[in-house]
Amino acid sequence: MSETPAIEISDLVVAFGPRRVIDGLDLEVARGEVMGIIGPSGSGKSVTLRALIGLLAHQSGTVKFNGRDVSSLSGQERLAQSRRWGVLFQQGALFSSLTVAENIEFPLREHLGISRKLRREIARIKIEQVGLPASAASLYPSELSGGMIKRAALARALALDPEILFLDEPTAGLDPIGAARFDQLVLNLKDSLGLTVYMVTHDLDSLTTVCTRIAALGGGRLLKAGTLREMLDADDPWLIDYFHGPRARHLKGSEHGV
Amino acid sequence: MTARSIGQEPQLVRAESDGAPAYKLSGAWTSAHARTLERAVDAARSSDRSPVSRIDMGDVLALDTIGAWLVLGLGGRDDQAARPELVNAEPRHLALIERIKSQPPAAVQPAPTHQAWFVRPFDTLGRLIVGAGEDIVRLMAVLGQILVSLVTAVLHRGPSRASSYVNQFDLIILRAVPIVVLIALVVGAIITQQSILQLRNFGVAIYVVDLGAILMLREVGLLLAAIMIAGRSGSAITAEIGSMRMREEIDALSVMGVDPYRALVLPRMVALVVGLPLLSFIAALAGLVGTAIVAQVYGDIPFDIFLERLQSTLNMRTLLVGLVKAPVMALIIGLVAINEGFKVQGSAESLGRHTTASVVRAIFLVIVADGLFAMFFAAIGF
Repeated sequence: MSETPAIEISDLVVAFGPRRVIDGLDLEVARGEVMGIIGPSGSGKSVTLRALIGLLAHQSGTVKFNGRDVSSLSGQERLAQSRRWGVLFQQGALFSSLTVAENIEFPLREHLGISRKLRREIARIKIEQVGLPASAASLYPSELSGGMIKRAALARALALDPEILFLDEPTAGLDPIGAARFDQLVLNLKDSLGLTVYMVTHDLDSLTTVCTRIAALGGGRLLKAGTLREMLDADDPWLIDYFHGPRARHLKGSEHGV
Repeated sequence: MTARSIGQEPQLVRAESDGAPAYKLSGAWTSAHARTLERAVDAARSSDRSPVSRIDMGDVLALDTIGAWLVLGLGGRDDQAARPELVNAEPRHLALIERIKSQPPAAVQPAPTHQAWFVRPFDTLGRLIVGAGEDIVRLMAVLGQILVSLVTAVLHRGPSRASSYVNQFDLIILRAVPIVVLIALVVGAIITQQSILQLRNFGVAIYVVDLGAILMLREVGLLLAAIMIAGRSGSAITAEIGSMRMREEIDALSVMGVDPYRALVLPRMVALVVGLPLLSFIAALAGLVGTAIVAQVYGDIPFDIFLERLQSTLNMRTLLVGLVKAPVMALIIGLVAINEGFKVQGSAESLGRHTTASVVRAIFLVIVADGLFAMFFAAIGF
């Protein structure tokens, strides 16, 4: 059972009118893997993510979660499936009229039917887990800083202990300490919950410390997928620029440690 | 690694161990079974409060945060002294429990104390009065800002933003013409029909022309146009400015040295003040058409007699009364809409609340102002 990949994308095509943004993408994410998705702007990273979680319809190709084709699921099954996902949107997408604690409690309240007390306690655990101060619980999203919004949104994405976590640029806008803590958190969660993570990121440190594999998209296709080592050895010009550019200096050193 | 399975019903079995309660857990202790688990744990804890000595987790197939928290709860998480022994647990389950134990959620903050029921109405009334006072001050401030930016826009040589003015005039006034015409036509017809019914009793059905004409030009045309614009454009202005505030677009304008009042507020305000008199005149004409149609069909007043009567009744003064009021109404609608827009805070809820407030207040103030005008014109015999 553990051989079936958590996410299996084959020959995915997403088009806006005549423009094919994703043009025959194949990608597999194994269970318990942290897959980092990189690619230049406009290469279809976000579109792929949105197509995976069902926000965008795809024209052809299949997306399978745990070996089951999403398009073959009934409405009920699809709902059950989406409960097993956690999604962290780029801008957080917190509900602006609810406090942080209420935001985190929201999926618990919708799906679990547990008591208010337990809901609150779980929300507090999540707040603690993502490193938010306890006082943030009663704040509204408009009163939070950018980094705090990210963390609160992560806490909400984690509320139901998802099997698959989709992260859209999770460390963008975080300070290095916060970003490092975030990476550590993802690793922790992966170990203790057996989480599969699909992470769109540009953070080279995240790629080195957290990601077990990296997939590079370009022009709506998969340029290359593999471990960091394999990516460093790739001969694609964009990948060379990416992994051997001025901001990737320190990768050389850490390469041996990975 | 075992996949987290959904099927296995979790179970909690009580067993004695050295006289103290012990539990054996099995199945999937995950959020999918959260409700069952919570009840089972609550029942176990309430039936026996003595410290738990041992929890056997040998048959636990899956564990997540909720499950781990409940396991901790079963062992008495508040009681530091009593730590039950967790046996046969999988290392990763144990790690999860340890991690949650090491980061205990902060104590629940006490909810803010509620006021006594007999204080609350007074509290609300007080807040309303203070809020109304603040609103008046703020409206004056908005008016002042608009006048200042008007003066600078006229005197100061800067970008003219002519396209912005034209665009706003099109959006706020021209596109409202069809609906205003339609409504005025229907209202004119209804008023005429009812008036004919009554006037016939006195044998003076012909006076419906005087009644309709004066009513349309002095009051109804303007009121209909103003209420329509308050609902249609007042809400739009509030929502536009409010969402621009939420997304810091207004701040972006300010730091670029562009006065948001000049760039955003003035084009809308000018469109309103210039356009509403026109729109209310159009509404009055449409109302008269409705009157004419019903007078012919329902009151047997031929069109040429209608026109003759209209000419002898109407004068410049009737027209002016309607037109003089229109810019004031436009000013009220604009000020309220812009003021509410700038009051929007970060949340979507706040945007909705202020948009509603904008429309309701604008319509209310327009009607009140119309009443005041009626008293004023009566007093000066105009």
